[in-house]
Amino acid sequence: MRPNLILHVVAKFLIPLIILFALYVQFHGDFGPGGGFQAGVIFSAAFILYSLVFGLDTAEKIIPAHWLRVLAALGVVIYAGVGVLSLLLGGNYLDYTLLAGDQIAGQHLGILLVELGVGITVAAAMLILFFAFAGRGRE
Amino acid sequence: MIDVFIDITLLAFLAITAVAIVRITNLFAVVMLFGVFSLLSAGLFVVMDAPDVAFTEAAVGAGISTVLMLATLALVRRSQKPYYAEAPRAHRPWLPLIVVTVTGSALVYGTWDIPGFGAPDAPAQTHVARYYIENALSETGRAGELSRLRYPGRSHGDLYRGRGRTAVARWATLETGSQDKG
Repeated sequence: MRPNLILHVVAKFLIPLIILFALYVQFHGDFGPGGGFQAGVIFSAAFILYSLVFGLDTAEKIIPAHWLRVLAALGVVIYAGVGVLSLLLGGNYLDYTLLAGDQIAGQHLGILLVELGVGITVAAAMLILFFAFAGRGRE
Repeated sequence: MIDVFIDITLLAFLAITAVAIVRITNLFAVVMLFGVFSLLSAGLFVVMDAPDVAFTEAAVGAGISTVLMLATLALVRRSQKPYYAEAPRAHRPWLPLIVVTVTGSALVYGTWDIPGFGAPDAPAQTHVARYYIENALSETGRAGELSRLRYPGRSHGDLYRGRGRTAVARWATLETGSQDKG
């Protein structure tokens, strides 16, 4: 790929902002619009932009494919783990109330963890999808 | 009133984009128009007080799926032969036209039984929404209750404070209608 100075500089400027916005959407999701799914998609968009500008091989060096598979599974484990934990504490599946001392703190902690799991899985799955599509051209 | 005007404008643009997608044979232009279609839908969702759905539509519809379609386009031909050039001679457009018209009329007829947008007697307002409106603040410490429809604890406090309960209840209608989005 021929290096393109303007594209590289603009991408390097934009990528941190996109990741910051994704984190905002992730952790502000319990007060405003957003949440794990949207944050995961925005997060993966930053890496997709990187691999569009700097090439697929460079991007795969940053996030190897086997890591992505582990991350995709990890998010589901976090989500289901919160559910099973509340089962073990004597509540219903995904009943956040028992996770902390009082009900409000428990609800807050529970939704934060579950959304984190959703975000990790969605970001990893979107990147797996993109690499699967874009990687076929190399064969 | 301005809402209705914006709705009509956006829906007109949606219809124009859809027709253009069907007519154009340059696949690159079609992919770009799909992105435009998603962006217009996102604008429509914002007008209908559903920023969460709009968010998803803009991120997935206009963002990720456009990139995935471009990646696919890099592997296949750039343009598509017009359908009428490949169609068999005995092709008659009347039967599909009738089928589409009848199906479309049936769908429009079906909407007559759906409660109006934001109607207070809609199932979304009479089922669990009332419980959330009454109990969300004491149970989760969050002022906005509507997103408890999907996730307990998430809220839209600014919406609740700014536009009152009607907006919240309208939102609840939209959220129940689009649970698969998020």
